[in-house]
Amino acid sequence: MTTGRPLIQAQGLVKRFGDFTAVDGIDVEVRAGEAFGFLGPNGAGKSSTMRMIGCTSPPSGGELRILGMDPVRDGPAIRARLGVCPQLDNLDPELTVRENLTTYARYFGIPRRVARARATELLDFVQLGDRADSKVEPLSGGMKRRLTIARALVNEPDIVLLDEPTTGLDPQARHLVWERLFRLKQQGVTLVLTTHYMDEAEQLCDRLVVMDGGRIVAEGSPRALIERHATREVVELRFAAESQEAFAGKLDALGERVEVLPDRILVYVPDGDAAVAEVAALGLHPANVLVRRGSLEDVFLHLTGRTLVD
Amino acid sequence: MVALVLPRLVDVSAASRRSASVTERNVAALRSVYWLLLISGFVEPLLYLLSIGVGVGALIGDLTLPSGAVVTYAAFVAPAMLASSAMTGALAETTFNFFGKMKYMKLYDGVIATPVQPFEIALGELAWAMLRGSAYSAAFLVVMVVMDLTAPARALAAFPAAVLVGFAFGALGMAISTFMRSWQDFDLMSSAQFILFLFSGTFVPAEAYPTVLRWLVEVTPLYRAVHLIRALTVDTGGWSWTLDVLYLLTVLAAGLLIAARRMGRLLYK
Repeated sequence: MTTGRPLIQAQGLVKRFGDFTAVDGIDVEVRAGEAFGFLGPNGAGKSSTMRMIGCTSPPSGGELRILGMDPVRDGPAIRARLGVCPQLDNLDPELTVRENLTTYARYFGIPRRVARARATELLDFVQLGDRADSKVEPLSGGMKRRLTIARALVNEPDIVLLDEPTTGLDPQARHLVWERLFRLKQQGVTLVLTTHYMDEAEQLCDRLVVMDGGRIVAEGSPRALIERHATREVVELRFAAESQEAFAGKLDALGERVEVLPDRILVYVPDGDAAVAEVAALGLHPANVLVRRGSLEDVFLHLTGRTLVD
Repeated sequence: MVALVLPRLVDVSAASRRSASVTERNVAALRSVYWLLLISGFVEPLLYLLSIGVGVGALIGDLTLPSGAVVTYAAFVAPAMLASSAMTGALAETTFNFFGKMKYMKLYDGVIATPVQPFEIALGELAWAMLRGSAYSAAFLVVMVVMDLTAPARALAAFPAAVLVGFAFGALGMAISTFMRSWQDFDLMSSAQFILFLFSGTFVPAEAYPTVLRWLVEVTPLYRAVHLIRALTVDTGGWSWTLDVLYLLTVLAAGLLIAARRMGRLLYK
């Protein structure tokens, strides 16, 4: 999917707020038709990057071109072709669900008749047709999110920017949002999203970057990242004893990497079953053994650490 | 030449179209509760006119204006009530409502993600404030004509002046709102507004004040607005009101520019 022309190009992109550097010189290229993800813990600089791409936050340094234009000089022309779904819903509480779409369409200069038709179509798309004349306030979090996504599509954008599209939603709502985003992707819409849900990134993204502390620490397809920064399989061992620490030393030779957590030991290996057999051969008897595939979550935690960053 | 001028023209038409979309949003947001609020803005100056203009006026008798024109006290107070209601109507929309939309409803955070820019938001909100302010002014002028406090032709001339007053105060209010930190700050503004309302040659001619105080009063915006509308509705001759027009136009331009610039800073984080 990386054959399209580049729609977003950033080189050495920087965003500073006073003394604080939120984005510290990142290089990114997103091509037409791609679903591109920014992954990272809170405070990694994802949202700041998204706001710069959305042309509502001027870069503090570096080069940024969107749809071949300069975001500072050509802001209105670029924004006319973007759809933005921000992290916090900023729907218009004084308008109904339908009016939120028609009014937003007017900001883009879309004729009223077209706006009305599109609103009906989009409300069906996000399954809010029966709530069209309701106010925004009584809607659930998931409904508001879907309405915000519908609003981002009202100008038939070339690029849709989604900042943590499913954060705070229940599983049903998340799956509905994913399914709609997947459909957009199939229609050839370029998606750029931020997330800290690994399953979301694996499901939706063709390519992603992992950000930490304002920098990009890894880049590639989900599969490539797992191959490069994790292993094909992971063995999780839980020992009955108080401290897992005591057993860790004996496992070092077993895999590419051993990680000791308070409640279990993770061994990163190419072949899980073989590793389990070796554990038994060493005369160790863990209370609990789990063999699973390496995941993006392993990559994420390996690259950005396990410490809370809030 | 055409190639040079045309993009500019297109630019201006696109900008005004985008401003209009902001005004349109407010029309869509009109709800029944809001109508009550709208009506209160008209009733208030009318009550002042009846209680003070007519009521107190009966005790005071006629007044002689600096130009020599002799008018009843009600005719003296009426144009001032018109000017202050134009001010109040415009300020209500561009201070409380505007601040709420920007800071608490986060309305403009959504708008700036579209081609609409901060200056266009400011202009669109101001145009909306003026629709409201102008409706008050028109209604009040009708009352003045009915009560025989001015002539119909003068009322027609005073209408655009009242609209200008609203525009100027609207722009000023919007600029001030961008500096507000919380609702508490608005208490200060309400006090300032009330002081203006009392001392801008509204109930007492400014000529009655000591010289220094009089100068102070004469540079305040509401005084200029009252002066302008009084000149058009009841006074005779003189061109000093053209100064008022220039003054109000300057306030309008400065307010709008400051508001747009501050909004850009606050919104494009």
